[in-house]
Amino acid sequence: MSSWLEHLIAKSSEGSAGKTGLWRTFKPVHNVEKCNRCLLCLYYCPENVIKVYHHRFIIINYEYCKGCGICAEICPQDAIEMVEEEE
Amino acid sequence: MSLPMESILLPGNPACQGCPHALGLRALSVLENVVLVVPAGCTTIISGVHPKASFSVPVLHVPFASAVAVASGLAAAYKQEGVEANVVVWMGDGAADIGFATISGAAVRNEDIIVVVSDNEAYMNTGIQSSGTTFWKAKTTTSPGGKSEEKKDLAGIMLMHRIPYVATASVGYLQDFVNKLRRVSEIRGFRFIHLHSPCPPGWRFDSSKTVEIARLAVKSGAWILWEYDGRFRISSPSKPYKDETKRVPLEEYIKTQGRFRGLSGEDIEEIKKKVEEQWKFVLTMEKTFK
Ligand SMILES: Cc1ncc(C[n+]2csc(CCOP(=O)(O)OP(=O)(O)O)c2C)c(N)n1
Ligand code: SF4
Ligand SMILES: [Mg+2]
Repeated sequence: MSSWLEHLIAKSSEGSAGKTGLWRTFKPVHNVEKCNRCLLCLYYCPENVIKVYHHRFIIINYEYCKGCGICAEICPQDAIEMVEEEE
Repeated sequence: MSLPMESILLPGNPACQGCPHALGLRALSVLENVVLVVPAGCTTIISGVHPKASFSVPVLHVPFASAVAVASGLAAAYKQEGVEANVVVWMGDGAADIGFATISGAAVRNEDIIVVVSDNEAYMNTGIQSSGTTFWKAKTTTSPGGKSEEKKDLAGIMLMHRIPYVATASVGYLQDFVNKLRRVSEIRGFRFIHLHSPCPPGWRFDSSKTVEIARLAVKSGAWILWEYDGRFRISSPSKPYKDETKRVPLEEYIKTQGRFRGLSGEDIEEIKKKVEEQWKFVLTMEKTFK
C-alpha cells in the first residue's frame, strides 16, 4: 500500500480514547476471599478490562476501566465493591 | 458458561460507561473472521479516534442507506477471491429505520451476510431522537411528552421475509446471544439478529444497571427472546414468561428508567395491552412454524 494511503487507515490499538480510567468516579475492588470464580464479571465487562490469572486471581486493568459498575452488580458473591476514587 | 474471554472491541475505547453496544460486541467475538460494516451511530464513534482504531477486526464505515448493500457486495467479493470472511453489519435501530430498503432487498436476495441491529430504542448518537422501535410512551428529545406512535416489530418484519435465520437477543443474556451467534455460523444466507440494548444516558439509568434492566425487560415480558431457523421457538430465558403469572410486573421495568418518568396508571395499562398483543403474535408464530 502506498504510504499516503497507509496514513488514512486507522490502526488497532488499546486506548483509542486515551486513558479512560480517568473517567472513573468509583473503582471496582475485587475480594479474592469472597470470589467463587464464576467469571461473570469478566464475561459482562463491556470494557474487556477484567482478566483471570491461574484460574483464581481476577485482575482489573485500572488504566482503562471506566468504573461503570456492571461487574459489582452482576457478581453473585458480592465480591466486587465500588469504592469512591480520591482526587 | 462458554462466553468469549476476549473482545474484538479493545479497552480504552470511546463508548460510554455501561454501553450495551460494547457488551453485544463482546459476544460477537465468538464469530471467526469477522469483518464489520458499520453505518453512522454510536458504534462509529466507539470504533476509535483516528489514527487509532478500537476494533481488532477490519471495519468499514458506510452511509446509512447503503449499509446492507455494501455488505452484500463485500461478501460476494470475498467469496470470489476465496477469502474466508464473516461479513457482519452492526447497525443501530435508527440505521435500521433509515436503511430499511437495503435490508429488505438483501433479505429477499438471501445475501450471505449477518445483520445485527443493536437496538437502544432511539437515535442515541445524535441526542436521543425517537425511532421506529422506541418503546411505547418513552420520552425522547423528539417525543418529550412520551412516544405516541406505535413501536414496530423489526424482527417480526424480518421473519416475514422468510430468511434462513431470525432471532431476538438481549445484552442481559449473553449466553443466549452467543448460542444464537454459534447457530448463525452454521447457516448460510441472510441471518438477522435483533439485539435489545438498554442505554444508560439515553434511557436515563445508572451505568451499572445495563444488564439488570435488560433482564427486567425479559422478565416482565416486555422483550421476548425467540429464534427462527425454519422452526420458531421461544428461547429459554423467555420460556417461563409464556405464563403471564410468572412475569415480573411491568411497573418494575418501567420505574427503573428516567425516560418513563411521569407515566400515568392509564399509560401503563395501555402498554400492558401492547405487550400482551406481542405475546399473542409470538405464540402464534410458535404454533405456525413448528
Ligand atoms: C445520511 C445521514 N443522515 C443523518 C446522519 C446523522 N446521524 C448520525 S448517527 C445518527 C443516529 C443513529 O442512530 P442509531 O442507528 O439508532 O444508532 P445509535 O447511535 O443509537 O447507536 C444520525 C441520524 C448521518 N450520519 N447520515
Ligand atoms: S449513548 Fe448509549 S449506545 Fe451510545 S455509546 Fe453511550 S451508552 Fe452506548
Ligand atoms: Mg439507536
